[in-house]
Amino acid sequence: MSELLTPSQTVGPFLSLGLTWPTGHLVVPEGTPGAVLVSGVLYDGAGDPVTDGIVETWQADADGRFDHPDDPRGASGSGFAGFGRSATDEDGRYRVLTVKPGPVGDGQAPHIDVSVFARGLLDRVVTRIYFPDEAAANATDPLLASLPPERAATLVAQPAGDGVLRFDIRLQGAGETVFLLV
Amino acid sequence: MTIPHPAGYRVPPEGTHPPLLSPGYRSTVLRSPSQPLVVLPHRLTEVTGPLLTGDIGPRDHDLTAQHAGEPQGQRIVVFGQVRDSDGRAVPDTLVEVWQANAAGRYHHARDNWPAPLDPNFTGGGRVVTDAGGNYTFTTIKPGAYPWGNHHNAWRPAHIHFSLFGRAFPQRLVTQMYFPDDPLFAQDPIFNSVPDEKARRRMVSTFDLDATRPEWALAYRFDIVLRGREQTPFEEPHE
Ligand SMILES: [Fe+3]
Repeated sequence: MSELLTPSQTVGPFLSLGLTWPTGHLVVPEGTPGAVLVSGVLYDGAGDPVTDGIVETWQADADGRFDHPDDPRGASGSGFAGFGRSATDEDGRYRVLTVKPGPVGDGQAPHIDVSVFARGLLDRVVTRIYFPDEAAANATDPLLASLPPERAATLVAQPAGDGVLRFDIRLQGAGETVFLLV
Repeated sequence: MTIPHPAGYRVPPEGTHPPLLSPGYRSTVLRSPSQPLVVLPHRLTEVTGPLLTGDIGPRDHDLTAQHAGEPQGQRIVVFGQVRDSDGRAVPDTLVEVWQANAAGRYHHARDNWPAPLDPNFTGGGRVVTDAGGNYTFTTIKPGAYPWGNHHNAWRPAHIHFSLFGRAFPQRLVTQMYFPDDPLFAQDPIFNSVPDEKARRRMVSTFDLDATRPEWALAYRFDIVLRGREQTPFEEPHE
């Protein structure tokens, strides 16, 4: 039996009515040792900030584990939800406070999966955040290694001060972020 | 320990989801990627996903009960089952909704077309599906609204839906429409879905049996998320 899927539609401009949570951007509580603030601006193809978008993140915990039954190692049981969600503000900026995920142990470099929703996006777009202090692991990561260097670079966050990483997302045009078909 | 590559989720059939560049919907022109998407094989991060069930308030499923008084409009029950494409129910998954009020206006600072706000209606709700994948909201029927995309553009009445499923590839944001809406033909968002049968799967069905006498009309909206290529673990056979 195979049922037919429900199609995707845009979140529209008023997504904050349904999708904004006061602490959605806190993957870990404020004050968590080793926490990192991942932040950046969502840009459209004209280079203008997208002020009505939402960025979601999904990742393993600091040990590279998921608290999910389909992790073949078993759910970690840690209660680490691993999910972050930040609407973009009037400057197009999102912010997620998290911890760097550990390697999951299958040859991939540490990474965060990202979904972007906005008015004008009829389906989410998906990308990944990699880490600038993981040069060796990034060099052998199957996804990064499959991309031309200038394209792979759009997936690596930039250091932006103590405990802060910058990851801008360009939907279209010069420096366009690599988007993934999942 | 080497982690085996898990079974992934099936690719959606052609025509199910809208092309990101759909110029009839003007906002897609500057917001759709120009480079082809890069195929990402599903690994651990993709066969897992957020399992969010917490933080649901007692009135989150009833959008008519979130203020001191009743909102204006036709009270309705919206219900359905969340399944995957193998027909399996998706239990314990968060469903979030948001919508305009009966006059077609959103309770949002950036919506200021001249239709009345309703002090008794915010228009946001959430529920978690039960063990059978079922959900139910009580709300009011939203109105159509103009949106300036083209001359005399009106959105058909709709409720925005957001779903997580059990894994990252099942994440879905969609819109539920109402049967026989005269505005479908001129709406580039509804019509951005290429396959006509797929478009119809976004239209709820009126369900007289589920209607609550002397209280509320009922609309059924079942939602189908992607299924898995194969079951991840061998099930014991009887
Ligand atoms: Fe809408």
